[in-house]
Amino acid sequence: MSHTDELIGRTREFLAAHPPEQTDRLDFLRARFDAGLAWVHYPKGLGGLGAPRSLQAAVDAELAAAGAPDNDPRRIGIGLGMAAPTILEYGTEEQKRRFLRPLWTGEEVWCQLFSEPGAGSDLAALGTRAVRDGDAWVVDGQKVWTSSAHLARWAILIARTDPDLPKHQGITYFVCDMTDPGVEVRPLRQITGEAEFNEVFLTGVRIPDTRRLGEVGEGWRVAQTTLMNERVSIGGMRLPREGGMIGPVARTWRERPEARTHDLHQRLLRLWVEAEVARFTGERLRQQLAAGQPGPEGSGMKLAFARLNQEISGLEVELRGEEGLLYDDWTMRRPELVDFTGRDAGYRYLRAKGNSIEGGTSEVLLNIVAERVLGLPAEPRTDKDVAWKDLSR
Amino acid sequence: MTDLLYSEEEEALRAAVRDLLTDHCAAADVIARVESGTPHDLDLWKSLAGSMGLAGLLIPEDLGGQGASHREVAVVLEELGRAVAPVPYLASAVVATEALLACGDGELLGRLATGRTIGALAVGLHVAPGAPVRTARVENGVLHGELTGIADATAADVLLVPADDGGLYAVAADAVTRTPVASLDLTRPLATVTLHGATGRRVGDAAPAVRRALRAAAGLLASEQLGVADWALTETVRYLKERKQFNRPVGGFQALKHRLAQLWLEVVGLRAAARAAADALATGEDTEITVAVAQAYAAPVAVHATEEALQLHGGIGMTWEHPVHLYLKRAKAGSLAYGTAGAHREALAELVDLRAP
Repeated sequence: MSHTDELIGRTREFLAAHPPEQTDRLDFLRARFDAGLAWVHYPKGLGGLGAPRSLQAAVDAELAAAGAPDNDPRRIGIGLGMAAPTILEYGTEEQKRRFLRPLWTGEEVWCQLFSEPGAGSDLAALGTRAVRDGDAWVVDGQKVWTSSAHLARWAILIARTDPDLPKHQGITYFVCDMTDPGVEVRPLRQITGEAEFNEVFLTGVRIPDTRRLGEVGEGWRVAQTTLMNERVSIGGMRLPREGGMIGPVARTWRERPEARTHDLHQRLLRLWVEAEVARFTGERLRQQLAAGQPGPEGSGMKLAFARLNQEISGLEVELRGEEGLLYDDWTMRRPELVDFTGRDAGYRYLRAKGNSIEGGTSEVLLNIVAERVLGLPAEPRTDKDVAWKDLSR
Repeated sequence: MTDLLYSEEEEALRAAVRDLLTDHCAAADVIARVESGTPHDLDLWKSLAGSMGLAGLLIPEDLGGQGASHREVAVVLEELGRAVAPVPYLASAVVATEALLACGDGELLGRLATGRTIGALAVGLHVAPGAPVRTARVENGVLHGELTGIADATAADVLLVPADDGGLYAVAADAVTRTPVASLDLTRPLATVTLHGATGRRVGDAAPAVRRALRAAAGLLASEQLGVADWALTETVRYLKERKQFNRPVGGFQALKHRLAQLWLEVVGLRAAARAAADALATGEDTEITVAVAQAYAAPVAVHATEEALQLHGGIGMTWEHPVHLYLKRAKAGSLAYGTAGAHREALAELVDLRAP
């Protein structure tokens, strides 16, 4: 019997024991986690079965066909995509048991306290301090661009524990309790008018040493796990033809012959071709992963989509003619989910500007491609062997 | 969806072709050859077509071919592009072969499959699939006329000539006059074919045969362009790691690294688009759109890659001695071959209902 057949069998047994229509949603999700069907590639006892990751799709399809509730993965993307793999790789047994189950069921939302006003692309320069005090750490500093901070129960946090070491060596990784009285969350309004993100001010926040992930001073290496998973999840969705940002523009073109001009036509066709090629590229990447031959192409997907989304949404504003001068709504809101292809052309145009900044700027990603894929030499650096406290800022 | 990967057999085929080209198609030899009276390397053609049996990949086994598909042909073309090999592979094993497959001419297909006969379609290299073609006149049963811009005609033994009676005629090369012209692409030379009462054998209807041949050519040219672009990127990265100025490898400067990373992204996209086109031609699914997408994308990437290669090599890239010019010329001429990117975008406007104002 193949792995797949065995998993389908298990899934059916589980469904028979927990009929979705007669089971409370949260009970169902908890039971699914305990049955190892949450993320089959995780270890037994932690929501998985130690099975190949590629088999998850078959389990999900079987559950969806039976009308089972899901854990609303878009709402808890940071937990699933970034916190969970990091906890799995670096957490103690106790931390894994405490955090992973409510993370996966969505009972506890997670956010990420990484970027700071003074540490964006140069994240390792971060200045939020964590000072040892008995069996705890006291944290002071400011974080920024934190999605879901106002909803989150927990945060993954990196902070400086030794300013006398060079910047990459003095960082430690923690799990921060967002209900601590020293945590203050303020909405950060962005150019679209709404606030998807927050600023987070940390003042005398006490974190027990038992909520440290990895060794003291090892935080930069731990954070690499988190960041790698972030980029995979940003570039990785599967799309049908015209499934991305090009879809609404193509529809507008078809519906409004009066808006067509030769210039817009040439640009539209170019972008349509590029969107289709990006779709093939993403599909090829997925086929490589499924065949167990992961290539370096993944590093490029986010770069390609950022540029395309910006150019396509810019074109769409122009295609709308007089309507392109309008904006649907500047009201300050706090959306729980972000849809890059949602709302009006003007919103899409403005929101897409963030695509080449969030999750690694395109400039940094081009450096990563040049150095890690093409093997070109790094720029000479003046910051690597200098104590953090002596860096210019 | 489409299979966009390379199978183990396809990788083995690539390795075999690459070995042969490494041994017998060095850049210096290609440069010397293109200035000689015989720009085509017919010894290399014999090894590829005859010993390795690659001329007959698209021809069914019962006609003496290999019964393989466009996917394998695409892999061969990637390697031929990577070496700018001066062999009439695209002209004979793809274009002439596809035209004859449309006509169902088993006799000629059998000869082309062995590689001992080289075929060429007497349609200008710049003509896009579905565009009108210049024809020869049929008068008293023989062919007259002048057809220009015919790729690899001087290497051909048989020319397939579209005529004004709607027929496609097989004409022996020694029955026509072939006049080489100075061509932008030194490794895919053009000639003018003049027919003064040449005798031909009608093999079928010209229009469907030419359309099919040019569509396959446009789709598979993307794989050749991938080979050209991949060479340009790989060679430039290698050179910039070695070349030192200002006491540093030039490849460490961020301004250049970003350009090369950008180029890498384009080549990654081209590989996916070229695989999609080869697979669509092999399966017959979604062929028109996929071929048009690949050819609307491929040529600009190959041109950009070779232009960047020249610029980033600096002065040495501008010399006749360095092979980058062969690739630039192949890429730029290729951007006109079987329809420009713009022509394929215009085709897409109809195919995907994004019509002009």
